[in-house]
Amino acid sequence: MSDAQADPALTGPLTTADGRPLKAALARAEARSKRRAFFLVLPLLLFVVVTFLMPIGQMLAKSVNNSGFYSWKDRDAHVNVPLMVDLRGWFDDNPVGTVPDEAAYAALVAGLSHAREVKAIGQIGTRINYEVSGSRSMFTKSARRAAKLEPPFKEALLDLDDDWDDPKLWGSMRNASKAFTIDFYLSAIDRTRDADGNIVKVDEDRAVYVLLFKRTLILSAVITFLTFLLGFPIAHLLATLPLRHSNLLMIFVLLPFWTSLLVRTTSWIVLLQSQGVVNDVWVSAGLIADESRVQMIYNQTGTIIAMTHILLPFMVLPLYSVMRPIDPSYVRAARSLGATSWTAFRRIYMPQTVPGIGAGGLLVFILAVGYYITPALVGGSSGQLISNLIAFHMQKSLNWSLAAALASLLLFGVLLLYWLYDRLIGIDNLKLG
Amino acid sequence: MTEPATSTVAPFVEFRSVQKSYDGEILVVKDLNLAMPKGEFLTMLGPSGSGKTTCLMMLAGFETATHGEILLDQHPINNIPPHKRGIGMVFQNYALFPHMTVAENLAFPLEVRGLGKADREAKVMRALEMVQMGGFAARRPAQLSGGQKQRIALARALVFEPELVLMDEPLGALDKQLREHMQFEIKHLHETLGITVVYVTHDQSEALTMSDRVAVFDDGRIQQLAPPDELYERPDNSFVAGFIGENNKLEGTIEAFDADKALVRLRTGELIDATPVNITSVGQETLVSIRPERVEFKPENFDEGAHTIEAEVLEFIYMGDTYRTRMRVAGHDDFVMKSRNTMGQERLQPGQKLNISWHPEDARALDP
Repeated sequence: MSDAQADPALTGPLTTADGRPLKAALARAEARSKRRAFFLVLPLLLFVVVTFLMPIGQMLAKSVNNSGFYSWKDRDAHVNVPLMVDLRGWFDDNPVGTVPDEAAYAALVAGLSHAREVKAIGQIGTRINYEVSGSRSMFTKSARRAAKLEPPFKEALLDLDDDWDDPKLWGSMRNASKAFTIDFYLSAIDRTRDADGNIVKVDEDRAVYVLLFKRTLILSAVITFLTFLLGFPIAHLLATLPLRHSNLLMIFVLLPFWTSLLVRTTSWIVLLQSQGVVNDVWVSAGLIADESRVQMIYNQTGTIIAMTHILLPFMVLPLYSVMRPIDPSYVRAARSLGATSWTAFRRIYMPQTVPGIGAGGLLVFILAVGYYITPALVGGSSGQLISNLIAFHMQKSLNWSLAAALASLLLFGVLLLYWLYDRLIGIDNLKLG
Repeated sequence: MTEPATSTVAPFVEFRSVQKSYDGEILVVKDLNLAMPKGEFLTMLGPSGSGKTTCLMMLAGFETATHGEILLDQHPINNIPPHKRGIGMVFQNYALFPHMTVAENLAFPLEVRGLGKADREAKVMRALEMVQMGGFAARRPAQLSGGQKQRIALARALVFEPELVLMDEPLGALDKQLREHMQFEIKHLHETLGITVVYVTHDQSEALTMSDRVAVFDDGRIQQLAPPDELYERPDNSFVAGFIGENNKLEGTIEAFDADKALVRLRTGELIDATPVNITSVGQETLVSIRPERVEFKPENFDEGAHTIEAEVLEFIYMGDTYRTRMRVAGHDDFVMKSRNTMGQERLQPGQKLNISWHPEDARALDP
């Protein structure tokens, strides 16, 4: 050792054997291994970007941007054709609430006939139809005749359809004349704009989204609580049994995972419907009369029962993984210190399972909030969740922007929940397995 | 030192023919009888699976005796749940509650007993001072070292002032130096507080240094219950002799014996002297046990009239404070003699042949 201390290499800056500075050499070696590691995860990174981040980005963009009234993508020529140029110009020159004059109607007629030429009239009609129902046919019908109309255009158009001077229609055309809009978010929370551009509530009978959001959150909370109530004892049993037995039990917990979701859901239909197994048993046992069979499916009860069953493993697994390593001597210690078994459980065992409860609760809640297939099959009308409505707008009404706005609200809600969890319990306390 | 059977005070802890079986077939504890006076430090020592921890758990109330009675302060406690027994316990892995601070850990037993906040704080501080951990009240168990956790576990078991404290291999996870230090501290606490301690360990040196009495367990039974010196110098049977300390064993048969001396004919024909311990008849097989440090090789130290036996030095090991000489005696290659490294002590050379002997009291003729 004394030889090494005399070595000048140890007193000056450290170098490698061939005299380069050691620090730089180490940094270079490290950078190389980091690059190699990065190349290994590159395929996954690309996969995540393409299949996860990009769709979410597109969805967010779609929720605030709808160019239906703005430009038309010509698929043959691969160019974007601007629509309603004159009308948009008129909207820019005149403030909100201006009664449309002859110039405005002239611009509208020009826009309609142009849109028909480039075959974009369907898109325009659909866009306005989101806000003013029944307007799509009005657009297509008027556009067919627009090229032949003579001035004064206002009277000519009103001859074709007397709804053309509806201020609501003009208001929504003004909104749609900008590609960027938050109107879809307004619709998603049951708000709309009146003719003067003020944000107002929609009619009572058309307000569905807030109700559905509320129902989704409440049902998810109920389902989360039920899975906790059912899952905690099972997880505790699994964690305390000898490994040989607990492995067998674990298979029963995981069994639902290996069965098709559809099969499980339809088997609940078989069990719970009014002519189903459960009702039959009750009737034959004399518990209920044949004419008063209990309706347990195609309503909220059905959604709750089926989803609780399906999501139970997501609660049990994190709980189990937290409970397994808890040493039984903690509870013994508490007992020897004078705590009753209930106190020992409440004060010593429970607090140590909080990371598992948090993880399981968060997991089940987030899954439940976005669940689609089960409520669609067993929910009837009262058991539908917000995701069923999102699917409706994606597949039936084709109002993708509204679907995107609803989905974004759901996403923000979940992120908010995540943030709250971090503030209250701490995300580093989360243990998923 | 507390004398066992002669004690006239009523025992504080008593096991009366206690048995324990987990599966209904094999007895883990077989007919255990044990009486402890108040204030005693008793160690249960034995190899793993000997039933010592089961006994401790029965005393704490975490296991139930399948037969017999356990008495605490003359009241049977078989049917009293653990939290009502008022026994302090220190666990092998400390079992400090990880989600509570040190102070909360210590306050827990006081809280469940319904003590007021001011009382609790005073007692917690006093207990922490007692183990020299006064500055650690706000720490979490994860922020403590092994030795510190040990002290806190000790303080927690003592903070509610139990009269009986059980310790289940509490020093098992500590390194040697810290272990020896903690042994001293536990012993010191026992003396100043006057508590009764039942201590379980498989470390014989720990048992010998700390205890008033040691119960050596094997095969579900107490093999010997005695103060440390008696246990070491006068083991009752060959298990105890072999388990405690180093020990040379020579097999033979009894040629003749009276109350305090036995003549043993070894397998190889030599005659040696020994003290009969559990000898019943002439011609009986026996195992003679001699401690390595009691073997003499200098004729001037031989006991008068004692038989000597031939030995050949095989190996000489220098161990600092002692010399260890391995030799062949009566056909055994592993006979060890230990001699102190004193001024002018002779170092034997391998190959050297000499006669060795010992005081007949130091050779104990035991069961084979």
